[in-house]
Amino acid sequence: MVDFSGWDMPVEYPKYGGLMKEHLAVRSGVGVFDVSHMGDIRVHGPQALEAVQHITMNDASKLSIGQCQYSAMLYPEGTFVDDVIVHRLGQSDYLLVINAGTREKDVNWVTENTRSFDCIVEHLSDEYTQIAIQGPKGAATLQKLTNADLSQVKFYWFTHGMVCGLPNTLIARTGYTAEDGFEIYVPSDEATSARVWNEVMQAGEEFGIVPCGLGARNTLRLEGALSLYGHEISESINVWEARLDRFIKMEKGNFIGREALEQAKASGMLRTLVGLESVERGIPRDGYKVRDLEGKEIGYVTSGSYGPFLKKNVALAYVPPEFSSIDAEVAVEIRNQPVKCKVVPIPFYKRPKKQS
Amino acid sequence: MAYPTEYKYTKEHEWLKVDGTTGTVGITDHAQNSLGDIVFVELPKVGTEITAGQTFGSVESVKAVSDLYAPVSGTVTEINEALNTSPEEVNKNAHAAWMIKVTLKNPAEADGLLSAADYEKFAADEAGH
Repeated sequence: MVDFSGWDMPVEYPKYGGLMKEHLAVRSGVGVFDVSHMGDIRVHGPQALEAVQHITMNDASKLSIGQCQYSAMLYPEGTFVDDVIVHRLGQSDYLLVINAGTREKDVNWVTENTRSFDCIVEHLSDEYTQIAIQGPKGAATLQKLTNADLSQVKFYWFTHGMVCGLPNTLIARTGYTAEDGFEIYVPSDEATSARVWNEVMQAGEEFGIVPCGLGARNTLRLEGALSLYGHEISESINVWEARLDRFIKMEKGNFIGREALEQAKASGMLRTLVGLESVERGIPRDGYKVRDLEGKEIGYVTSGSYGPFLKKNVALAYVPPEFSSIDAEVAVEIRNQPVKCKVVPIPFYKRPKKQS
Repeated sequence: MAYPTEYKYTKEHEWLKVDGTTGTVGITDHAQNSLGDIVFVELPKVGTEITAGQTFGSVESVKAVSDLYAPVSGTVTEINEALNTSPEEVNKNAHAAWMIKVTLKNPAEADGLLSAADYEKFAADEAGH
């Protein structure tokens, strides 16, 4: 177990075969994650939409009830308070799912910056246990436990239904694995959480389900080049640099960080996120220095690992734009030795298109 | 997995097998178990002088990097090249998947290492914490 932002969490479940097996189970079958560390903030009331629009960069007005979107809350500087998934629960009712490590900061941020709107902000993190059921067999696993028709729930949509006998459970087709899957939100009391967990494990048994820890969660999201707060995104990195600009909706009107983002776009980027793959032997890891082939320091690795599905050593790194073209060569310094890497397209992994 | 009684062990979880003036070095079953799936082993070049207690290479699982410490001083005469392409052999059979062979500089150094029984107790205590 490791301490993760105050949560006691397993890196892997060795009894079930460990990280590599967990990772591969999610790519080919199904894996289950306890992601209760994720936080939840509900914003509702007459001006809930205006409030959410003000504090996030994506366009929440485009959401239908039952739909969610990837977004981010920004500082006035255009850098990240946190990335969030915004769910539209009702006519004027939104749920923001936030990160564990930024929970207190996020709650304060939302509360402070929505004061001038007629809405109520509720911090619900401790009310829910969040369980992620991920992988191509995730739907088949969860379908056995719910009366909701999961085939009608598209990616980044959600529904409410009976799950393991619990009425009105939020079931979202979201995740952090670059795979199909669901996240369910059940009452956080220990008995209920444990019961649901065990029922999911039983339901997935025929598909070879394994419990997955933080380690696999990290390698799965890395193969999918999904950002992690404190790594690819932070209070000192802006949205353009992080290459998340497809989620900025300038046309929606004003929001916190917008002005700085416009200026940043006009003045050009000093660094940009790239995907790297090692060409020589060595695993680029978080925090390692990136140098040009002459040895000059040009950037750093934000996340790096052996990719268990790709069977390659991959990394996300910040480098100056002139080093960001595909096949550009750089060196990552690994224990004082330069290890040659090349720039490759991200995401490193894309899940196969659905058959049905 | 049993710890071979003819091997000597370090508190950094390496094993050493001595045949005359040649020492063979690997990591213990306890070490591979704590590391998890091993995906990379970095070994010194043949001819490198290693010093007891100093690092001579590293082993990486998906989740972590761990230094390798020399149980004894000597000159590297051979490395297990097979681990370059099949590092998972260390997980499968840590006490057979050797990493380097060295010509011992001072065979008496091995006397200061742990016996199988002492190491097993040490590893169990460490795992209990």
